[in-house]
Amino acid sequence: MGEKKKKIIILLVIAVLIAIIPLFTLKGVEFGGSDDAGSEEISKIIGREYKPWFTPVMERWIGGELPGEVESLLFCVQTGIGVGILAYYLGRFVERSKHEDSKEKEMHN
Amino acid sequence: MSNKEKKMVTVISVYVLTLGIVPTANAMHIMEGYLPPMYCILWGVICVPFLIAGYLSIKKALSENRKSITILAMAGAFIFVISSLKIPSVTGSCSHMTGTGLGAILFGPSAVSILGIIVLIFQAILLAHGGLTTLGANTFSMAIAGPFVSYGIYKLCQKLKTNRYVGIFLAATLGDLFTYCVTSLQLALAYPSQSGGISTSIVKFLAVFAPTQLPLSIIEGILTVVIIMCLETYAKSEMIGLGVLKEEKN
Repeated sequence: MGEKKKKIIILLVIAVLIAIIPLFTLKGVEFGGSDDAGSEEISKIIGREYKPWFTPVMERWIGGELPGEVESLLFCVQTGIGVGILAYYLGRFVERSKHEDSKEKEMHN
Repeated sequence: MSNKEKKMVTVISVYVLTLGIVPTANAMHIMEGYLPPMYCILWGVICVPFLIAGYLSIKKALSENRKSITILAMAGAFIFVISSLKIPSVTGSCSHMTGTGLGAILFGPSAVSILGIIVLIFQAILLAHGGLTTLGANTFSMAIAGPFVSYGIYKLCQKLKTNRYVGIFLAATLGDLFTYCVTSLQLALAYPSQSGGISTSIVKFLAVFAPTQLPLSIIEGILTVVIIMCLETYAKSEMIGLGVLKEEKN
């Protein structure tokens, strides 16, 4: 188990490094909404500004673009739902295997 | 750490550091209204058989083993988390991962189409990210093409008897990358370049997507390996039930 734990920690550290290093090495870069780059490329290829023929339903409902803060809120909600489910079940599994281990020990004694 | 692992860590660090210095731009799902209606319908129709197959395969997996519903929920939750995290990439813009590799490895590729479309609908309606008109195209790239590649690579690595975790890593990483290759193809089909046709367009779109996505897909590979390690430790019986883990002889 110790070996596995070490491996997992090393892997997570690498993952975090890959995510964070660009922030420090690319100073002054915007890290902007990447959606825009794709649509820019479309405009470049067809040679004129592309007008989307359909606007997102949410933008229709609220009559404008989603405010940045609210958007980050909704993204957090999404993350929260996911993490909640993952953590809940993982916790249950951990407790269950602990329970099973102690039962086994009792049987041996 | 064994020698091999040390080498791996060094290679990855060098890679990260060298790539950390080249700026350009990128994108993620195809945005609302950015595909001509004909293509929206076409991709939507292509998705239907996969979604039906996915529904049936989930139903079968659950009827065979009721307990696997918890793992299914976790695979779905994993996609939720992973695809909500916008991560800064070496190219100077942010993108996010797909998270579909895990589900494909655990439940097979078609089951993921259902999990993926739930996330895509959530993002299309609430976040104006992706879109309802481009739902078909995005579902095909993220929830169908990617997972199928992941599954294929996972099975191939099993046949070649590669290290289990290396196989899982490759499956998740390449599946994620392939998703964005398909997105490039979809955009290129809809917007062929005037000078060079579809192939020039593909190259152009790939140049936008691929460099940003590469490091992220590596993160996705790592996270998928980590979560499978956790599941194998704590949810052994479920993993054996799914046929992901073989029963150990004591």
